[in-house]
Amino acid sequence: MSVVVDRDTRLCVSGITGREGTFHTLNNRRYGTNVVSGVTPGKGGQDVEGIPVFDTFHEAVAQSGANTAMIFVPPPFAADSILEAADAGIATIIAITEGIPAHDELRVYTQLHRQGGVRLIGPNCPGVLSPGKANVGIIPADFFREGNVGVVSRSGTLTYQVGNELAQRGFGNSSIVGIGGDPVPGSSFVDIIALFEADPETELIVMSGEIGGQGEEEAADYIKANVTKPVVAYIAGFTAPPGKTMGHAGAIVSGTHGTAAAKAEALEANGVRVGKTPTEVADIVAALLGA
Amino acid sequence: MDLLEYQGKELLARHGIPVPLGRVARTSDEAVLAAREIGFPCAVKAQVQIGGRGKLGGIKIAADESQAQEHAEAILGMDIKGLTVHEVWIEGASEIASEYYASIVFDRSAKAPLVMLSTRGGMDIEEVAGQTPEAIATLHVDPLLGFQPFHGRRLAYEAGVDADVVRPVGAFLAALYATFAAEEAMLVEVNPLVVTPERTVVALDAKVTLDDNSLYRHPENGELRDLSAEDPQERMAKERHLTYVKLDGDIGILGNGAGLVMSTLDVVAQHGGAPANFLDAGGGAKAEAITAAVEVILSDPKVKAVLFNIFGGITRGDEVARGLIEAFEQIKPTVPFVVRLDGTNGALGRELLEAAKLPNVYAAATMDEAAARVVELARPEGHRQ
Repeated sequence: MSVVVDRDTRLCVSGITGREGTFHTLNNRRYGTNVVSGVTPGKGGQDVEGIPVFDTFHEAVAQSGANTAMIFVPPPFAADSILEAADAGIATIIAITEGIPAHDELRVYTQLHRQGGVRLIGPNCPGVLSPGKANVGIIPADFFREGNVGVVSRSGTLTYQVGNELAQRGFGNSSIVGIGGDPVPGSSFVDIIALFEADPETELIVMSGEIGGQGEEEAADYIKANVTKPVVAYIAGFTAPPGKTMGHAGAIVSGTHGTAAAKAEALEANGVRVGKTPTEVADIVAALLGA
Repeated sequence: MDLLEYQGKELLARHGIPVPLGRVARTSDEAVLAAREIGFPCAVKAQVQIGGRGKLGGIKIAADESQAQEHAEAILGMDIKGLTVHEVWIEGASEIASEYYASIVFDRSAKAPLVMLSTRGGMDIEEVAGQTPEAIATLHVDPLLGFQPFHGRRLAYEAGVDADVVRPVGAFLAALYATFAAEEAMLVEVNPLVVTPERTVVALDAKVTLDDNSLYRHPENGELRDLSAEDPQERMAKERHLTYVKLDGDIGILGNGAGLVMSTLDVVAQHGGAPANFLDAGGGAKAEAITAAVEVILSDPKVKAVLFNIFGGITRGDEVARGLIEAFEQIKPTVPFVVRLDGTNGALGRELLEAAKLPNVYAAATMDEAAARVVELARPEGHRQ
């Protein structure tokens, strides 16, 4: 088993005809992901290396049976594309696009929540990889193999760093989920940790957080009350000065809120082991899983 | 993006919020002209994005032209908590019957705008929240519904504003929400919100933070500048489309991906080093971007050593190596570099670097090893182990 994407994934890519969109779509297909269609308004009827392109998500769902969407269109069009995919009945939407306005994200989040039955991952995320099953997004799959560690992270490259350290110690992953670095992530740490808790293949959960927001603190409370599997955490940004946005739009310490120290403290107080470096995270995982 | 007080007030005024008449001035002569136009008494206010500037002598009342000149001369060029004052805002002094507080925050946890109103204005709101949280009325607004008149009444009654200003305060909050939504703000804060003896409400201060990701829809806001907070390296980085934040230390940092760079800063600090900057070369950075990044990092004279920490995903290790080699040809750096290349094409990148035999460039196999090495190299000669 795995979470979010697997062998049942039927992927439709919004922005498939763009340079990046084409490149990563074909990468995902090469990995074994079942890419069934793409959407680019005005390019319906064309194909990308045999993948049919439709003008609308509604057509793509009706004709290709897509159940998962990957959003690769530029920021001005991304919120609209997410809402279109949801309106067309797609249940899993993975938004890679970086730079979507925060107020757009707020409207999208509120609408999807109201509509119900839709899971949005991202935006501004590297996607989801379930090793050996499916890869949706830009995670370099070669560094990961199948296993029992579930990883959820706000940062792409930090995920690769942590994942690689685990791989070097012989651990693989059930799934790797990038929830993204924006202020309004469609799925939170809590949402994904709940999926890993319910996933029989996952034996241990690694969460990689960073400064800004309250998602890590909320996860700490949730873990204490609901999670039986061991959770190991990493938090980036101890040295980040307040008031400065550290690359990710959501990575900002506002006054005294959202500091790395407060997050690490909240997690530790709720029984989560926190590694000081990515290497230490891998060490703790190895100790817990006995390798 | 944080706006200065006067930029924030201009934004509020655009949405119908009453603000005192004012003019911005960059010299004392301009300040006198502005004061003459506005009339006396007037306030001379330092334009820096720092709370508590009044207590530090950054706000003064002028009764006549000579005082306006004197105050402007004293305030312009002044250092307030590390920021140099480049502009003053001259505005008509307001008569004050009561001081309230109003703000709207983009509440990330609740996924909704949070409107706050209090009759304890004019002081630090975090202090009010800590000591008497009941003195602040709060309400989340459904972003798809927007601010309704009843929201304004609820907040006004709950906060206990004077009965005769319930209606104008409600209208003020509605206009504040209109500003927040239309300008795509992350924060709009008015402290104090003043009730005048004539029973009108006026925004006496304004703190506005805009969402950088929405600026393409608001080009006029994107052009607003804050001279006091501008840093030469940050400006240079912006022109080169690099994500750079200046820090206090002496170790230049370059990495790919915000999380990995933040983590790199932390690991360097754990090894006893002090990072000079945060620089995210971004996903898929090409050689030219790396060369430009090296240029920005080295333009900070404090930098004594540089750490490259790359875990390639869509960024390729060979592109990073090519960029660094090119930077050495163009800039001929004199400080040592420690380079850790891993991930996509990392091995190829390491081979390229080895073959180029760049002076003073050291390869490291892991992030920890790289951090330890760069901290050692940044130490003064006599202190190396």
